[in-house]
Amino acid sequence: MFDDFFIRALIAGIGVAIVTGPLGCFVIWRRLSYFGDTLSHSALLGVTLAYSMEFNIALSVFIISSLIALTLIQLQKRTNLPGDALLGLLAHSSLAVGLVVIGFLSFIRFDIMGLLFGDILAVTVDDLLIIWIGGALILLILRLIWKPLFASTVNYELAEAEGLNPDRAKAIFTILMAAIIAISIKMVGLLLITGMLIIPAAMARNISSSPQKMVMYSIIGGLLSVILGLFSSLEFNTASGPSIIAASLFLFILSLLNIKQSIKLKN
Amino acid sequence: MSSDQNILVKLKDAGFQINDKWLVRGVSLQVEKGKIVTLIGPNGSGKSTTAKIALGIYKKIDGSVEKYTEKIGYVPQKISIDWTLPLRVNDFMVLTENLNEKTINDALSLTGVSHLKDKNLGDLSGGEFQRVLLARAISKKPDLLVLDEPVQGVDFTGEIALYELIKKISDELNCGILLISHDLHTVMSATDHVVCLNGHVCCSGSPMDVAKNNEYKALFGEQASQILSRYEHRHDHIHTSEGEIKKN
Repeated sequence: MFDDFFIRALIAGIGVAIVTGPLGCFVIWRRLSYFGDTLSHSALLGVTLAYSMEFNIALSVFIISSLIALTLIQLQKRTNLPGDALLGLLAHSSLAVGLVVIGFLSFIRFDIMGLLFGDILAVTVDDLLIIWIGGALILLILRLIWKPLFASTVNYELAEAEGLNPDRAKAIFTILMAAIIAISIKMVGLLLITGMLIIPAAMARNISSSPQKMVMYSIIGGLLSVILGLFSSLEFNTASGPSIIAASLFLFILSLLNIKQSIKLKN
Repeated sequence: MSSDQNILVKLKDAGFQINDKWLVRGVSLQVEKGKIVTLIGPNGSGKSTTAKIALGIYKKIDGSVEKYTEKIGYVPQKISIDWTLPLRVNDFMVLTENLNEKTINDALSLTGVSHLKDKNLGDLSGGEFQRVLLARAISKKPDLLVLDEPVQGVDFTGEIALYELIKKISDELNCGILLISHDLHTVMSATDHVVCLNGHVCCSGSPMDVAKNNEYKALFGEQASQILSRYEHRHDHIHTSEGEIKKN
């Protein structure tokens, strides 16, 4: 009924959505959406390095994004610049360096649009393995650090005082962010990965009363967005990333109706 | 007077500074099992800082802090919960430790807020929230409780009841309590040891000793000193009328 590439894209997208659901909740709770942007912009550099050295793209993106995250932490410690300025500095300079490197690699044909906005035609069986195995690892690690990470998200000092080691959880979470960007770059494209993280989670916030429910709805929202987005991408021949994000926006708007109702109920 | 095995946390000449400004320095104190140590002092005297040193939240400190337990319950003075988090009282209770349903219910009813279990944390009043904070801290049956103004915003009768509860918990769980309070009236009846801070340790000892201390009088005024001594007296009286025997 469907072409192989579409089935592959669907399986890849489902894998990505299951992982971005819970991670996205933490991105919202911890106010990290610009941090996500910075990491994903730096991913372009990772991709170009992967091409020029014939290296695995996901691995290369993961390494570069992790390095950028570490650099950010160091800069925060050693300069007096505000956090958002540092994020902007790293995001745009790594994007620029990535684009300059592309210029030097004129002998390789780049699908820039595919990189920026995702390309379902490009998903290979290898990519599926990376997404599902990498995704399972990310979820497993997130499960292990959930307690300290969640507790320190609610209140850092409580978590620290009661012996949960929140600093370690935060460092591990940063690595997980780099990892999710690395595995979802082909599906959503590097400009829109943060959207995949925060829009389903934001939608979930509007309709949930507990953290567990928010994670669950966020996963469901991500899955619906992927399915809706990919089918419309096939139907209208649009890029996969924007189609998925547009679908998640649609779900977010629907969730706003719920808020209006509950506000009415309160009054 | 007490064996070393009973010590839960011990500060030796501890101090903490931010940007070359000392928040507090030269604090030595220890909290033992079953004892209540109360920190008093004016605003900005370093009470909360001392608590955070004891808890290990501040790490780059002067002097030393030795902790002999990991089972700690903490009620911070200020806590801002972000409303991007959908958090019910029940979720908050299991924040740092998994507890069963009964333990949660028991703790909430001890502080008189079991009816709020499924409420969103953001919908609570200040006093209700304070009771939930206290319930959370005691629910894990800690060895050491650090309570930074635990009854702020609680109504007057509730305040007395909660202080009685704190005393009861200290006896029942045999846990040590480091208590910070402004309320000299209510606190002193239960306290074993008072440390009066003003950037450093002004004076310390039993409530009676501290009340007589001249530095304390200078800091809080003659009236406050009378409150303490009077309380010490009333305390004895309560003992006999209830027929309870408590070591003091």
